Amino acid sequence: MEYSEKVMDHFNNPRNVGEIEDASGVGTVGNAKCGDIMRMYLDIDDNQVIRDCKFKTFGCGAAVATSSMATELVIGKTVQEALEVTNVAVMEALDGLPPVKVHCSLLAEEAIHAALWDYAEKNGIKIEGLDKPKADIHDEE
Amino acid sequence: MSKLIYLDNAATTKVHPEVVEAMLPYFQEDYGNPSSPYSFASKSKKAVEDARAVIADFIGAKPNEIYFTGGGSESDNWALKATAFAYRNKGNHIITSKIEHHAILHTCEYLEKNGFEVTYLDVDEDGVIRLDDLKQAIRPTTILISVMFANNEIGTIEPIQEIGEIAKEHGILFHTDAVQAYGHLPINVDELHIDMLSASAHKINGPKGIGIMYLRNSVKIGSLLHGGAQERSRRAGTHNVPGIVGFGKATQIARETMAERNQYETELRDYLIHQILDMVPYARLNGHPTKRLSNNANISFEFIEGESLLILLDQKGICASSGSACTSGSLDPSHVLLAIGLPHEKAHGSLRMTLSEDITREDIDFVIENVKANVERLRSMSPLYEDFVKKNQ
Repeated sequence: MEYSEKVMDHFNNPRNVGEIEDASGVGTVGNAKCGDIMRMYLDIDDNQVIRDCKFKTFGCGAAVATSSMATELVIGKTVQEALEVTNVAVMEALDGLPPVKVHCSLLAEEAIHAALWDYAEKNGIKIEGLDKPKADIHDEE
Repeated sequence: MSKLIYLDNAATTKVHPEVVEAMLPYFQEDYGNPSSPYSFASKSKKAVEDARAVIADFIGAKPNEIYFTGGGSESDNWALKATAFAYRNKGNHIITSKIEHHAILHTCEYLEKNGFEVTYLDVDEDGVIRLDDLKQAIRPTTILISVMFANNEIGTIEPIQEIGEIAKEHGILFHTDAVQAYGHLPINVDELHIDMLSASAHKINGPKGIGIMYLRNSVKIGSLLHGGAQERSRRAGTHNVPGIVGFGKATQIARETMAERNQYETELRDYLIHQILDMVPYARLNGHPTKRLSNNANISFEFIEGESLLILLDQKGICASSGSACTSGSLDPSHVLLAIGLPHEKAHGSLRMTLSEDITREDIDFVIENVKANVERLRSMSPLYEDFVKKNQ
């Protein structure tokens, strides 16, 4: 597989793998049928700043690397800023992905959105520009 | 990078040094075209005919029933398309199985688009077709049964003799894709009632780009490739003389080493399978436990995805393959693993290791250790495993 050095680095040394207990928001997207599931945990403070982000991923090398990069990109950002971490931003930060793996970066974006949506619902707030995530794992079942 | 441990011999094999040596004179010394009339070309012509005789003898065929092709895929295409075309006045129905190589399946799909009907037989959980299903699928319009000799992914060996008998009883032609079986299992086309057979050199330590089609003399089908009068006007194109010579030599070596090699590989294979199943929980063997190719181990690991595992093993110098979607270039995992009843997520987590006689017990111990460690590593990152653990707490 033609992966960039950065993808290989994030696959071999994934950042922020794990769970966050009592997370502010948790989002799981993808489905086992297609071979990719990503789960993102967010720890968000009272000023809506993302203090921590952790992930667990079932998937290929690109799925792991995009999850890892996405966590790095959102940590320290406000909720509104995190919404701007698009799949393109994740891909660029990884020096690109093979064409067949672009969907992994979309999944990473979706996973962040799903966790933010969960956070918004738990707190009864509305995050401007955030739509209900569509690729939830349970939608497929 | 540590030592290379090549466990993908079902994909291709290393060319045997004696095969290379046998091929070399036909590049720069005896490079004549076997179809040319002058005496300089007679050496290459003889080399082609010698190889043909070796191959024919190996499968109990007559030399004039062996046709050299560009490989297994061409032979499969030829068998299916030319039979369909030649027998279309008799009928338009073909029977095959759900676990065939894509060279068969995609050719069948092409034929379906062109007015033919295809029955894809189910297989049992070990990957074996059911003979009753085959009998029931036969129609008055059935012109061809094509079932692979042994499966490339899970190694299961099909009941070829029984299939051949059923085909013969019903007067239906029988083709088998023997690309994985040739050189690994004894084959006699008469005893097994095989009318057409595909095989390829590069799976048995021969060169790439050369295959054969065995075509029983009584079968009257046309050509796939039209052109010159080579191969008794049934397969056009200048003979790949070095390739043909290499295939002949590889066949001779495979024949001589088959019994001993099978015994060695079977022991090593079973050690590999049992150690992994003992040491790694939530793992299962895919394919028949005993009716399988001596060099094939295919294991599914729950909660992980195969491509990730392949990348991690690659970093330890271990080459293997997977039925995961990510390695197939589509969204679906291997059609073979789905056909034996694996749910998608287990099919995504499959690992195929195909051995050779170059692999040692030490290599296998290294592989076992690394498979175990990397499956654990990927599980520790897997949300599926997290859910499973929480559910069972």
